[in-house]
Amino acid sequence: MNRISGALESLGRAVMGNVEEMGKILLLFASIIAWTFSPPLKLRNIFKQMEFVGVKSIFVVVLTGTFTGMVMALQGYHGFRMFSAESLVGGTVALGMTRELGPVLTSLMVTARAGSAMAAELGTMRVTEQIDALYVMAANPVKHLIVPRVIAGVLMTPLLTVISDFVGILGGYFVGVQILGINPGVFIKNITRLVDLNDIYNGLIKAACFGLILSVVGCYKGFNTKGGAEGVGRATTEAVVLASITILVSDYFLTAIMF
Amino acid sequence: MIQLISLHKSFGKQKVLNGLDLEIEDGKTTVIIGRSGGGKSVLLKHIIGLMRPDSGEVLIDGTDITKLGEGALNDIRKRFGMLFQEAALFDSMTVGENVAFPLREHTRMKEEEIRQTVADRLCSVGLRGVEEKMPSELSGGMRKRVGLARAIAMQPRIVLFDEPTTGLDPVMTEAINRLIVETQKSFHLTCIVISHDIRSIFEIGDRIAMLYEGEIIEYGTPDELRASQNPVVVQFLAGSIEGPIRVT
Repeated sequence: MNRISGALESLGRAVMGNVEEMGKILLLFASIIAWTFSPPLKLRNIFKQMEFVGVKSIFVVVLTGTFTGMVMALQGYHGFRMFSAESLVGGTVALGMTRELGPVLTSLMVTARAGSAMAAELGTMRVTEQIDALYVMAANPVKHLIVPRVIAGVLMTPLLTVISDFVGILGGYFVGVQILGINPGVFIKNITRLVDLNDIYNGLIKAACFGLILSVVGCYKGFNTKGGAEGVGRATTEAVVLASITILVSDYFLTAIMF
Repeated sequence: MIQLISLHKSFGKQKVLNGLDLEIEDGKTTVIIGRSGGGKSVLLKHIIGLMRPDSGEVLIDGTDITKLGEGALNDIRKRFGMLFQEAALFDSMTVGENVAFPLREHTRMKEEEIRQTVADRLCSVGLRGVEEKMPSELSGGMRKRVGLARAIAMQPRIVLFDEPTTGLDPVMTEAINRLIVETQKSFHLTCIVISHDIRSIFEIGDRIAMLYEGEIIEYGTPDELRASQNPVVVQFLAGSIEGPIRVT
């Protein structure tokens, strides 16, 4: 009996803990919205973060996007060949990249690179009292530190997704046409036949949502860091795990609503 | 005038402030002493509104800041400067940008005026030509001096010092102590210093308050503290392990 009540107590505590954390993230989100629309915006900080989140992620996004397009073409070719539909490779690669893999893989890459850095930077600022210093100087940390990062996340993730979509299709073209010998005209025609502009738009809307998730989660975990260097490490790991899971779960619901 | 009235603060079951009363005199340096982990930094954070008490009042010029919202609290905070234990300089900014931060945030000064003010404040803490350096390029003592320059950038009335000499060598400790005394005099500041460095306490303090088990158990001038018969104060000042303060 004691064991059962103990287990129930642990379960209840875990549920309550998660609900409390959700509430705190929502409160932070509300504060971010309020400060985003309270001028003046810290434009210098925003551009600095846009460079960090966007420009400095281009290499890793190009690399993952290209190879994802290439492997999709390779796998698709072998599958479609079984019923002589190799010509569909171009369209399916483009559809897969724009609707799904472009936004999701880009967001996961940005989470690993920039979301983790957001948590680590803010966590270090918390444990070295730099965030307290902002409060003491009557400067709001949400406005100075979090809003620029969230704006950068929301704006740059879709832009990176455009790059990922493009290089993914290019990678698919290279494998499909140059290596596997699909007719280039057929490859491109099937892209324009299967892919609608709405597929691209919806993919970019998804990417913006994922950018919001990864930046809010990264900032939340960093901002609430406790316990020195160990705490910073823990916050960084938790930020990447929580943001990645939330991106993948929300991807399903966004896809169900959009397509 | 800063008045702390019946301040209580607990973290879980641990009582840190237990009905603390203290009055800080204007234009003087008050040093708060006490054991490590005894609640001195918590007390300082209550004075600047970084923490709210479970009960009690923190009156700054008659206004109870424990009941203020963020906006009104920020107006009060503009009267303060604070030097943190590790200086808490923004490591993504240069020294000049650090000192200029409150000026850019709260004034409409032109860039040229800001540059001049930054140079003046750095000069007043004995630093010249370091504006373009990053905090990571500075020694511990220099970082604290830059932190002090930033704290006095807006010419506040009250400056809080959280263990300003911790981790410094004796020569740098002496230099920082002198700097605190000189800064207090030249800017006519009310200073509140948290410290457990006995030599520094008597060197810089006009008034000394001893915090023990969440309460101020002794308050007075350095001479009064030296003459205190309170066994806790006697043991603390002597640095003895024998006495009512238990080593845990």
